[in-house]
Amino acid sequence: MRALLAAVLLLLVVAPPAAADPPPIVRPANAGGLSPRELGAQLFAGNCARCHGSNGEGMAGMGPPLQDAGALAADFYLRTGYMPLGEPQEQPERSRVRFREPEVRALVDYVATLGDGPPVPDVDPEAGSVSQGLEQFTEHCAGCHQVVAEGGVVTSVRVPPLDRATPVQIAEAVRTGPYVMPKFSESDISDEELASIIAYVRYAKAPDDAGGWGIGHLGPFPEGMVTWLIAAVLLVAVCVVIGKRVSRP
Amino acid sequence: MRLRGWMIALLVLLGRRRRPRHDEPEERIVAAGPPSPRAELAVAALLVLAALAAALFVVLYAIEASTQALGGALAGALGLVAAALIVAGKHLVVEEELPAAYPEPHPEDQAAVGRIVGESGSRITRKRLLGAAAGTAGCALGAALVTPALSLGPVFDPSSLYRAPWRRGRRLVDTAGEPLLADGIATETFYTAFPEGASRDELGAPLVLVRVDPSELRLPPGREDWAPEGILAFSKICTHAGCAVSLYRTPKFEPVQPRPALVCPCHYSAFEPVTGGQVIFGPAGRPLPQLPLMIGAGRELVAAGRYSGAVGPSWSGVRKPPPERR
Repeated sequence: MRALLAAVLLLLVVAPPAAADPPPIVRPANAGGLSPRELGAQLFAGNCARCHGSNGEGMAGMGPPLQDAGALAADFYLRTGYMPLGEPQEQPERSRVRFREPEVRALVDYVATLGDGPPVPDVDPEAGSVSQGLEQFTEHCAGCHQVVAEGGVVTSVRVPPLDRATPVQIAEAVRTGPYVMPKFSESDISDEELASIIAYVRYAKAPDDAGGWGIGHLGPFPEGMVTWLIAAVLLVAVCVVIGKRVSRP
Repeated sequence: MRLRGWMIALLVLLGRRRRPRHDEPEERIVAAGPPSPRAELAVAALLVLAALAAALFVVLYAIEASTQALGGALAGALGLVAAALIVAGKHLVVEEELPAAYPEPHPEDQAAVGRIVGESGSRITRKRLLGAAAGTAGCALGAALVTPALSLGPVFDPSSLYRAPWRRGRRLVDTAGEPLLADGIATETFYTAFPEGASRDELGAPLVLVRVDPSELRLPPGREDWAPEGILAFSKICTHAGCAVSLYRTPKFEPVQPRPALVCPCHYSAFEPVTGGQVIFGPAGRPLPQLPLMIGAGRELVAAGRYSGAVGPSWSGVRKPPPERR
């Protein structure tokens, strides 16, 4: 019900363009006999270099350089299914992870060797406090991701819901700022605050519905529609009462 | 003198008695109904109560009561008027049932409609009382509805709309009150800043700070030195409806992604930082006011002057030249 409502509303707000199918994964023929480093290099050459350049130096109008992306960004983009992308202009969206687990590990390690990027963050989701997380999430994230992390639409961009984001992916997204999201350094959001944000996002996957009725957790628009449905029925009822003639003997 | 003449004319008009008509007694279309003084009193009482509720709205507005109280008073007034109309409709207007199908309209019938309306009032005995009550309720409701217009602002003296706590030399501090250093401002993210030693509650106080590559700057003429090292400061208050501009769209790879913009979450007005806050999307009608910056001896960020325009939501006179600045 919740997902259906969300889907209908999203369709009303923005008709998503049909995503081009990403090209099929090119795998080295002798994958079994390669070291992880060689596997990573060959997968990069076959699947990533078309847009990011053969040494991850980036290509004008195609893809950004990856020298300073590090394992952090590579891990995020590959494990969310954001990459590979069908067309460079497309907005990356969460989809099936198209590489196998050893391939992902080899690629992440390979991208990390391209330059001097950050490692995959170490996250302890139990360390955070949900209440502090709500505060931080409201201040930094809710403007786009909506207060219970349902996502939505911001000028020309679809904002993803966070229900499938893992703790590590949330930390990676905060530090790297994928697509048009701003990135937040440790002076903006400390590691402790980040743990709280993660704790809150985990809570928001199944929040307590104070009113008893979640209505998709999409905020004032569906709530207003429901209110109007009730109000409209009441108004019609009042009209019927007013319009009824008094019967006199 | 002329005013007095009008007043006298008005009093004469109100005070004159209807001359009894000596028309031919025509056959009634609508049968006369029995008078119902109790219903008349009820209608009058409801209308007076509605007037009182509307007056209460004006009083509550004047003492700045909560919006719930205001809404309650207005809803009460409208509800009481509706109740009065219902009682009048059910108990004061003569009703009849039409057994046949509704007839085709004819021009001569239209004259009869006027008579039907007139004769339907046959149960009303105290026309002036009801008229006065309805007038009172109408005037009070009208006054209640017009009262909020007073909040549209100082029409004759807009200088307070240009007030902002920023002066040349005032330092920028973060939410904790610590001075902001130029080296602490990174690209691809944004910061909120306040004036040091001034009220944060004023509309002009909060700033949004971003850093861009100085080679990307395309600021309007006259603002060449407003963004030292590519650090830009804008009023955080959207020029459309006054929300806080709290979103920053920062593409990872600009050639294939939407342009960088400061975005207001209320109606998605988007302002481009590198062109000095120009509107590139949404309902905002004018750029985000920019504050000129300079970097002090200790690398701290300092205001270098005043905003480029009026802060906050636009109003009717916003495009007129601002008053002389003190």
